[in-house]
Amino acid sequence: MKSQTIPIYAQTDAAYSIGNLGALLSEISARLTNLAENGEAGMIDLNSLPFAPGEYEQLRQTLGQGEVSAHIEAIGPSEIIETGYPGVWWVTHYNVEGDIVADMLEIAHIPEILKSQAADIAEGLELLRAQLNDKGQP
Amino acid sequence: MNGHETLGERLAQQGVSRRAFLKFCTAMASLMALPPGSATAIAEALVKAKRPSVIWLSFQECTGCTESLTRSYSPTLESLIFDMISLDYHHTLQAASGYGAEKSREDAMQRFFGKYLLLVDGSIPFKDNGIYSTIAGRTNLDLLQEAAKGAAAIIAVGTCAAFGGIPNAKPNPTGAMAVSDIIKDKPIINISGCPPIPAVITGVLAHYLTFGGLPELDELGRPKSFYGETIHDRCYRRPFYDQGKFAKTFDDEGARNGWCLFELGCKGPTTHNACATTKWNGATSFPIESGHGCLGCSEPHFWDAGSFYSALSMPSSPLNLVTDAAVAGAAVGIGVSVANRMKKNSAKSAHVTATIADLKK
Repeated sequence: MKSQTIPIYAQTDAAYSIGNLGALLSEISARLTNLAENGEAGMIDLNSLPFAPGEYEQLRQTLGQGEVSAHIEAIGPSEIIETGYPGVWWVTHYNVEGDIVADMLEIAHIPEILKSQAADIAEGLELLRAQLNDKGQP
Repeated sequence: MNGHETLGERLAQQGVSRRAFLKFCTAMASLMALPPGSATAIAEALVKAKRPSVIWLSFQECTGCTESLTRSYSPTLESLIFDMISLDYHHTLQAASGYGAEKSREDAMQRFFGKYLLLVDGSIPFKDNGIYSTIAGRTNLDLLQEAAKGAAAIIAVGTCAAFGGIPNAKPNPTGAMAVSDIIKDKPIINISGCPPIPAVITGVLAHYLTFGGLPELDELGRPKSFYGETIHDRCYRRPFYDQGKFAKTFDDEGARNGWCLFELGCKGPTTHNACATTKWNGATSFPIESGHGCLGCSEPHFWDAGSFYSALSMPSSPLNLVTDAAVAGAAVGIGVSVANRMKKNSAKSAHVTATIADLKK
């Protein structure tokens, strides 16, 4: 058989809608209910879930983009996007080479990584006080 | 090296902020298959952790395991983990050679006696007093027994060290054995796979650093967080198995539609590993996603388990998914939701063992 005679079919995303996405959306819905009713935050590690080719992109399209997006630069970039569903945040951590090292959905009022950390606050305060001592009170 | 320096002190010296460290710990939690919310607890434990000495011995092997680790997809993450250990001996990676190399191993064994981690890749030839593989004139058997005495724990990296692997395949001319066949008085953790997933190697190191001990193991000594479920349980093609849709050849309509590869000899149902979720080559893909069945390389005697293209004789029990998913914790929802008992039962009853005659010719 010549290679030209091998039939090639274009693969559409729809062909791979095999059910994994619906299950994940149900889980997001359950966790968002828990946040709304009990104030309990939750996380879903997307790296641990089976996705058929195309389903990950479908998830992105389904959740969409909301009002907030943030960028962190700490041992590589991180992208934090509030999805179209308030309280559902898509948090993606990259290393300095640009590879994804963690990919999460965080169901919370605000993602943990955006908050200033106590140790960093203490260190910053120390620096600020040192600066004030050097220059004196304005 | 400084064996008493904590990781927190080292990170502070490098100017790593606590937020950056929290990000790193989120990646670690993902790597160790721990609940994603545990990153804060991991950060607190790791900041206080001391860097352990690690001695890595390579025996009857192909260096694929070291290649897997050093070619891993996230060099920053791996390098940070390697920053947390003091790799005092690895004859492929170290700069020293000859007497200097052997001396560094002896020094580390003496200085950190009872505390160092011993990593082993490759099987150990046992026949004829182990003469079939030697380093610096000493047999692998002798080196392993000596190094094991002062080890806090041993990590057998790869199927050869864990189960004997390919050197152990019939007729096993060198009498190749697994580490656990020889060492009986030390905790041993098996990270099987040919090669093992690099994230699993680093994940176990991270677990040891975080919790100061070894993770929970299955009956074959493998960490449950990575080997607790089968490839089949976590395969994205699982819904097709449940629907009874199978590819019959590698180029038929079913194969093009991405249907289940069970009848083409996929060993996913009997193979415990994390390939289906952790994947390979920067999480690009894994064998089944590339259109080929699982070979079962993380299971004992996979090389002697018949043709890679013969279907397993029994479909896996539909109840396994629910049991295994319950163990998996956070990821339960998706597995159980996808499972359709009725379809699964009909698939099971309609299922017949298939062979691929063409591939066997």
